[in-house]
Amino acid sequence: MTDTAPANPGTAPRVLHTPFHSRTKVANKMERWEVWQGYNTAACYTDVELEYFAIRSNTGVFDLSPMVKYRIQGADAADYVDRLLTRNIRKLGTDRVAYVAICNDAGNVIDDGTLFRFADNEFRLCTQEHVLDWLLWSAEGFDVTVYDETADVAALAVQGPTSCQTLRRMGLDGLQELKPFGMAHYELEGIPLMVSRTGFTGDLGYELWLAPEHAETVWDRVFANTRQRTVRPIGSHALDLARIEAGFIAAGVDFVPAEQIVRNGRGRSPLELGLEWLVDFSKPVFNGRQALLQQRDKGPRYRLAKLSVEGNKPAEHAFIYCRGREVGTVTSAAWCPSAKSNFALASIKTPYGRERDPLKAEIYYMRELHWTRTMAKCEIVNEPVFNPPRRLQTPAPDA
Amino acid sequence: MKKYDAIVIGAGHNGLTNAAYLAKAGLDVLVVEKNPYIGGATVSRELHEGWKYSNCSYVCSLLRPEIARDLELPRHGLQVQPYGGGVTFCRNGDHFLYYEDHERLYREIARHSKRDANAYDRYGADVIKQTRLIRPFLLRTPPDPSSFKPRDLMELRHLAKAFMELGEEGLADTLRFWTMSIGDYLDGYFETDVVKAHLAGSGIIGTALGVYSPGTAYVLLHHYMGDVDGNVGAWGFARGGMGAIANALAASLQSYGGEIRCAAEVTQIMVRNGKTTGVALANGDEVQADIVVSNLDPKRTFLNIMAESDLPADVVRKARNFKIRGSSGKLNIALDGLPTFNGLENVDTSMIGEMHFSDSLAHMERAYDDWKDETWSKEPYLDMLIPTQYDPTMAPPGKHMMTVFVQYAPPTIDGRDWTDEDRDNFGKTVIDTIANYSPNFKELILHAEVRSPRELENEVGLTEGNIFMGELTFDQLLFNRPFPGYAQYRGPVKGMYMCSSGTHPGGGVMAAPGANAAREILRDLKHPNIVPGAYADD
Repeated sequence: MTDTAPANPGTAPRVLHTPFHSRTKVANKMERWEVWQGYNTAACYTDVELEYFAIRSNTGVFDLSPMVKYRIQGADAADYVDRLLTRNIRKLGTDRVAYVAICNDAGNVIDDGTLFRFADNEFRLCTQEHVLDWLLWSAEGFDVTVYDETADVAALAVQGPTSCQTLRRMGLDGLQELKPFGMAHYELEGIPLMVSRTGFTGDLGYELWLAPEHAETVWDRVFANTRQRTVRPIGSHALDLARIEAGFIAAGVDFVPAEQIVRNGRGRSPLELGLEWLVDFSKPVFNGRQALLQQRDKGPRYRLAKLSVEGNKPAEHAFIYCRGREVGTVTSAAWCPSAKSNFALASIKTPYGRERDPLKAEIYYMRELHWTRTMAKCEIVNEPVFNPPRRLQTPAPDA
Repeated sequence: MKKYDAIVIGAGHNGLTNAAYLAKAGLDVLVVEKNPYIGGATVSRELHEGWKYSNCSYVCSLLRPEIARDLELPRHGLQVQPYGGGVTFCRNGDHFLYYEDHERLYREIARHSKRDANAYDRYGADVIKQTRLIRPFLLRTPPDPSSFKPRDLMELRHLAKAFMELGEEGLADTLRFWTMSIGDYLDGYFETDVVKAHLAGSGIIGTALGVYSPGTAYVLLHHYMGDVDGNVGAWGFARGGMGAIANALAASLQSYGGEIRCAAEVTQIMVRNGKTTGVALANGDEVQADIVVSNLDPKRTFLNIMAESDLPADVVRKARNFKIRGSSGKLNIALDGLPTFNGLENVDTSMIGEMHFSDSLAHMERAYDDWKDETWSKEPYLDMLIPTQYDPTMAPPGKHMMTVFVQYAPPTIDGRDWTDEDRDNFGKTVIDTIANYSPNFKELILHAEVRSPRELENEVGLTEGNIFMGELTFDQLLFNRPFPGYAQYRGPVKGMYMCSSGTHPGGGVMAAPGANAAREILRDLKHPNIVPGAYADD
């Protein structure tokens, strides 16, 4: 990638291109670009709905190279990540992936991410935000090296019911046996390729990790030999719709990364984001443990509620009320096309947001310059509104 | 001779602001100014035909938008335009470019250190926390902590509440921030010399302290707490130079019926029976008024134009001990064209506002060592800008004007006063410093105005040339500015007030002291308040 070799020595590049740029540029018929961690990435290649349904019905391919990646290795690497993260990493096998939360010492989430274990003491941590400063402060006293390998690794998400079939046709034999959150190592025409059964869509799906110089070849192979338009490049808008439908949170959207917070009290702990399952209090030491223990005993200040919202108007940024009292706000919302549900994630002050609380979302929508306000009943749902069996099935189905 | 309701001494931006509010409230107001022109340190003058300089202050951020709007300064000709970014040149040929765009700034810091690029987010959030604390107090009169008046108690409560809202950690951070050095502060975030050096400049500008002197972190905050159009921390140019601010204030004042008399130096604030009666001018005239407002710094006010015998001995002592030290100089340069800069051949320099030439904190600390040795810095810290890249009104087409703030320059040289030769050598040091990074700079120079602390004192009236009219250290802030017991703009003599940068909230072209003083005067006159409060930060 270009961030290690600036065009003008001594001058940072104006915009970065991912290793797939020569291909995404051609595919991006709408020329709708947006900047993601400095990289020009497609917001939408052709049509958001078509792209969304590629994820849910066929195969959607998303260039996630700008995802921030850190390599963590050294004699103390396992001890280090175990101290850094709230999850118990000792239970994570080699070639396995874990969804993780990074907390500061106040117990607020700096970022969420995925941890890949290559060996006993070798990991990759993928995050939405840059967190190197915190990783390095946390590394003091450990025999470990941590470095940003974002530009050294190209990544492609291949997601959807036919994703396994697509990749097998490409030559990834036996991929159907890979379990969710498993990693497999392939060689494709001499190109080393790591495949993980992970994703941000809540569907069957995989992510391919490779050296940037092979990016174009791999892109071409993914799209070769496929029936026309059953494999589609997808932009960030379609992906975002899929992730809301799956009930996944996003940094900077559903919580403010702790290190960027200005206003006192705006941080959120894992317990306040529905991520208590990521916190293993049986570990004697980890970043944020004391604060989180205190919060567990006292009770969290907020809860992240999954809401099924009455009607069909997305409750974007809506206030949430309980018996006339304002108790929270919606952080993500969408009409979910597969679940046929009007779904929202909301941060709600405790004790509100209990299952029987009569919550209402105050939704404003404009039609032809005319604003309408509606108070929509909200029902708390505990399961994701869309959670197809294929997501977790092994062997993975063909469609 | 006509008796006025109020006389304001000094037509700097605070004097004009104060007078404008008094006039707007219906008072008969006269501003007297010693120079034949208005503006004080907020002035644009043509010293070389066709070129206008911002002779002293040169960029605008602190000017309170509440005041600019309320006094209709835009209608009176004021236009402030933000400028982007900056650069610090390194001695090894590299540089650090500061971009307004967050992503691009990340990449540029990452070019030096990825860790620093990430730490900048934490730094930015922590500094913004501090600006959010202080900004609401800029247009408020500091409470008197020893008073039990309901108003002071309310204000103290307000202050305490703002502090408590920061939370435990925020409270601790605030105390640290207000007392520590900018060097120590930046060391807590960054590892790269040039990144720290670039950011540290704001901590020493106008201050006779080094980057590792306690108190300089607050000075940085003072440079970050302004805004251009709500963009906190941004700086801009006043179209036509900083004099445009004074001119707009003067026009506003005159629209309310106020008068300005130039070339009218005050020699004495007249006091009879513990009350002011007016001012005596250098030409022998006396002008009567029950209210006299001094926009001079506290030393000049109490030790030069008031009789010590009219003052409580305590005030004389506090004025003598007031910390106001010369630390800076200024060059204004007329250029025959736009200079080129090493390493920036492919960079659009109109993206770059400020240019600096000190690439490490050690480098800057050594510049301060020279100040302590009573000489100007041999490798000075420079804050240099070329406003004519944005502003077509200050130089002929194709020509440019450069403004160079220089630090450090001591008030005296080896125990004696500055000489013309010192001043010229000081100017040469600065020009040579820039020329090290700009190959064609020297040959483009058509004219240069060089101002050492001596010129700043004699021409502008800033004691020792201190641009803030008193050091911005914690011992001289809030209810201790200028000194304890006198922070509410009232002097020790009935009818006498202070409105200069020597009062809360301090220096910079802010206009807040002038407005706050007007509020207090109107209060004493039992006139309804017309001075606006601060916009709420979200």
